[in-house]
Formats: sequence, C-alpha cells, structure tokens
Amino acid sequence: MTQVLATTVVVASLYALLAAGYVLVYRATRVLNLAQGDMMTLGGYFLFLVATSVPGQPVRAIAGAAALSALSGFLIYRLLMRPMAGHPIFAAVLVTVTLGILLRAAIVLVYTDRIRHPLGLLGLANPARPLIGGAVVSTFDLFTVGAAAALFAALFLFLRFSPLGIQMRAAGEKPLLASQRGINFHLVFALSWALAGFAGALAGSLYASNVRLDPSLGVLGLKAFAVALVGGLDSLGGVIPGALIVALVEVLSVRYGDPLLADVSPFLCLLAMLLVRPWGLFGTKEELERV
Amino acid sequence: MARGGGYFKTTYAADLALVDTRLRRRALAAFVVALLVLPRVASPFILDLVAQTALAAIGALALNLLTGLAGQVSLGHAGFIAAGAFTTGVLIENGVRSPLVALPAAAVVGAVLGIVVGIPALRLKGLYLALGTLALHHVVLYACAEFQNHWGANTGVSIPPPAIGPWVLKGAVAWYYTLTLAAALVLALSVNLRRSRAGRAWMAIRDREIAAESVGIDVARYKVLAFVWSSAITAVAGGLFAYHRAFVSVEAFGFFLAVEYIAMIIIGGLGSALGAVLGAAFVTLLPHGLDALVAGLRLSGGAAYYLFPLKFGAFGLLMAVFLLFEPQGLVGIWRRVRNWFALWPLRYRPLRSAS
Repeated sequence: MTQVLATTVVVASLYALLAAGYVLVYRATRVLNLAQGDMMTLGGYFLFLVATSVPGQPVRAIAGAAALSALSGFLIYRLLMRPMAGHPIFAAVLVTVTLGILLRAAIVLVYTDRIRHPLGLLGLANPARPLIGGAVVSTFDLFTVGAAAALFAALFLFLRFSPLGIQMRAAGEKPLLASQRGINFHLVFALSWALAGFAGALAGSLYASNVRLDPSLGVLGLKAFAVALVGGLDSLGGVIPGALIVALVEVLSVRYGDPLLADVSPFLCLLAMLLVRPWGLFGTKEELERV
Repeated sequence: MARGGGYFKTTYAADLALVDTRLRRRALAAFVVALLVLPRVASPFILDLVAQTALAAIGALALNLLTGLAGQVSLGHAGFIAAGAFTTGVLIENGVRSPLVALPAAAVVGAVLGIVVGIPALRLKGLYLALGTLALHHVVLYACAEFQNHWGANTGVSIPPPAIGPWVLKGAVAWYYTLTLAAALVLALSVNLRRSRAGRAWMAIRDREIAAESVGIDVARYKVLAFVWSSAITAVAGGLFAYHRAFVSVEAFGFFLAVEYIAMIIIGGLGSALGAVLGAAFVTLLPHGLDALVAGLRLSGGAAYYLFPLKFGAFGLLMAVFLLFEPQGLVGIWRRVRNWFALWPLRYRPLRSAS
C-alpha cells in the first residue's frame, strides 16, 4: 500500500514536470505544444551531450543541459511559433507536431536509436532507498519529487511576485490589453517557451538518469498531456492534483488490472474529464469558447 | 476552366455534370486511359506504389470530409483505420473470409464508432476535440491490443488474400485495379457529398457555426453525420489495408499514422478532394523518392543507416514548410499555376461586372 502511494507520487512528479511545460505554453499562447515530450527527450540528450564533455560533474552537466534546453525553447518560439501568429490555432498545433518529428529525427541522426544511460557519465549511482512503511524507491525517484516540488514553488513565486511573472500572467489573460499597457508579449511568449523547455529538460534529465535514454521517450509527453487537461489546461496549480489523479489511476490499473492498461489509463482519465468537465478541475470555463 | 467569362450553363444536366468542359472531359479520359494502360508498361513495383497511393487516398479523402469540409479536427484517424483492419481480422479469425462481408462489416463498425465519437464531440470544439479524438485513438488501440493478445498472436495476425467464390485477389496487377477502382469510387462519393445538402451544411458549419445554425442547419445532426461518413469510409480503408498487407498488427496504427493522414490533407490542400489525392500521393511517394535519390547518389558506407531518420525528418520538415509558407497546399500551387496560364498576359482577374 505504501509502495502504491510512493510510486504514485514519483510518477506524478514526472508528469507534473512535463505538464508544467504544456500549461506554461498554453497559458501564454493558447497553443498546445504536442512536442513537449520530444523536448523532454531533447533535454535528456543535452544532459548526455554535456556529460560526455565534462564527465563526473553532475551539477554542471544538469545546469548545462537545462540552459541548452531553455535556449532551444526560445529558438523554437522565435523560428517556428512566431511566424504562426495570426494563423489558426490548429495550424500552430500541427507545427508543434512537426517540431516533435524533426526533433526526434535530429536526435536519431546524431545519437542513433541506441538506449543510453547517462548516469555512469555523471559519476553518480542510483541506489534503492527504503522508506518508512516498507516502500522502496530509487534515489533519482526522490530527486524527481524534489525537482517537481522546487519547480512548482519557484514558478509560483515567480508568477506571483516578480514583475516579469505578473506580466506573463497578464499577457496570458488578455494579450491585446497587455500589449496596450506596454508589455512586450513576444518576450513573454518566448519566456514561456524557454521555461517549458527548462521544465522538459528537468524531466528528461531525471528520467534519463533514473531509467534510460532513447529517442522514443516522447510518448510519455502524450500521457502527461492528459494530466494538463485533467487539471485544467490554463491552470498551473491544477497540474499537481491532475498529476496525482492520473498517476494513481495508472499505478492502480497496473497493479490490479492489466499492464496494457497503463498506456491507456491516462487517456481514459482524459476522456472522462472531457465528458464531465471539459475545462478541467481548475481551468477557466470560458476557455472552451475561446478556442 | 474559368476563363473569366460568364456562366454558360443552359440546362440542368449541364449544371449537374461533374466534368463540365470539353477540356476537362478529355483530360479525364486521358487519365483513365493512362491508368488502364499502366499495368502493361510499368513494373510491379510501380503498380504497387500506385496501389498504396490509392489506398492512402481513400483514407485522406475520408479525413478531408471531416476536417476539410466539416471543420472537425481529428487526431484519431489511425484509430478508425485500426478499427476497420481489426474488424476484418476478427471476422477472418472466426471463419468469415469473404470481403463482401468483411468490408461492409468494417463500414458498420466504423459508422458506429463515428456515432460514439461524434456525439460527445458535439460538446467540444477545436483543440479539445482534437484531444478527445487523440484519447479515443489510444482507447481503440488498447482494445485492439487486448484482442491481439487474446488471439495468442503477440506480433499480429496474418490475413489470407480476399476471395470471392473461386476468384482470389492476389498479385500486383489485381491489387492495382482493385484499389484504384475503390479510390475512384470514394473520390466520386466525396465530390458528390461535397455538393449535396450534407456537404453544403458541413461547409457552413466549418465557416461559422452560429450562422449555420441560424439559417436552419441542424448542426448537431450534420456534425455526427460527418463523423459517421468519415469513419465508415476510413474503416473500409482499414479493411482494405488489412487485406493488402495480409497482416494486421497494432504497431502499424500508431499516432504517427494519424499525423501522416493529417499531413496528406494539409500538404494537399484542406477541403479539396483533389488536394487529398495529391497529398496522399505526395506523402506515400516521398520516402520512395528519397530512397531513389540516395540510391542514385551512390553514397558509400553508413549512408543507408541515416536514411530512416532522414526520411522521417524530411517528412516533418515538408509538413512544417507547407504549414508555414503554403497553407493552401499543393492545390493552392496548382490553382496559381492554372490562373497564371488562364489569365496570361494579365496578372489579375478582371473586376467582375455585376452579374
């Protein structure tokens, strides 16, 4: 029982990191970034890249990977998404689909599709840790939970108190009004993409260190997207309960049902949510009319 | 061809004709003759490529009905294809081998699935609808995977060639004729649907839903109808796919297949039947074209290894290029070229007098 709870929290943390990327981009630009999963993979490969050049220095490797990912998020906005301003939203969403394809192709071209384990390059081990109550998790599981908690705390403080964060919220609520008041919303949008890249890199590096790294990690992104919708696409706070619900359903269905159900249970949550409350647990209701 | 002249239709029959000018009739006749003659001159490989294109065109035409005409975005098209293919597989596994039963059964399953998706879809718009169909795709795939596991055939199920009585459909030439004919039928169906009451209602809903409702279109009914037509045709395409590949496996129907079909109608040109066919040809032939290119360049060493990611990347890049720079697709290019010739030496259409 405690094992179920522990696993749920760990899985939920990973989903929350990924879903934070969806929500940040969606709040700012109303675009659903279907490439978030592949941006996570990219983050994992950035870690691998930095770790091969500076082996044995985990802090610098992770910082380098996160910086590269944030930069790539910014570039993605500047090169691909900004030209789509004014086009139908769905066209922009399709551009993110093609972005995912391009990222995956680029990764396979450079690194082939071999499974890799950057953990050894970092010079770290990943021993199992028993918790109170008899549950066992790995060290990087704990790091994942810690990273998710830290990211959400930092995002909360940033959006609530810093001027740039307030500008981000304003631009997300009413872009026209915000730009009238002198907010440079292209900067704000670019920042959202950069933050989404950062969150993806965090998820990617942790998952790569904890489990493995291969070019098809992106499928996790589709599942995390159920998390964002259950919590409400425009609600950062909703991500946490959303992640916990989806992760719990997934863990329970693997434990008591059929392992095949694991891949589909997030989508069942998504469908149930769409039928009952399409705007999610904490989302804004008008959202549905705006798209 | 529009020559900037008047509207010279004097009878209802002329107005109803699908192919209305002499030039178009001749072009169509030449195209049909070319398709009929092709098996005599082309290699089985080429015939197979055309057959694959025709099969893809059926799916693309069906998706075009839903997304291009009715404006309902679907990311779950691969799910409908899987449903059709697996219906065929299940029937064959239970001893029903005739395609005359299997394909209509696939159509019925597709239509029912269309109702199942279409009714909840009434509440959802745009992005949320896309998400709903994406989720449904995964649910359908899960059902298929469960089924596949219960068969005890973990990798998939092989399908015998379709047989009607003593006649068995096999060989590249037979498949070529069958699939081209099927695609031609679906093309005629979709062109006619477009100009029927349903098609006009779909386009009205796509352009402005509230306006459509206010002129008396039953929006709910026609949206569900769009899902039913689209998914029924797609499921038939899935059944044909199963017979053609002679093998059904869940792995063939991933999210990427849905993306491929969306790419077809985007690259071809949204809302146009010609565009769907052109896009299907483009997306189907692109990897083979790249293969030929690489073979022609005679690159040595590990070049073959990079071929797969290159093809994958080229596909993504082309889709992005069309989305960013040519949202009208191949049909848009074709229309510009045609207008350029039709209007030459002028650049713009003359301003119409009131008529």
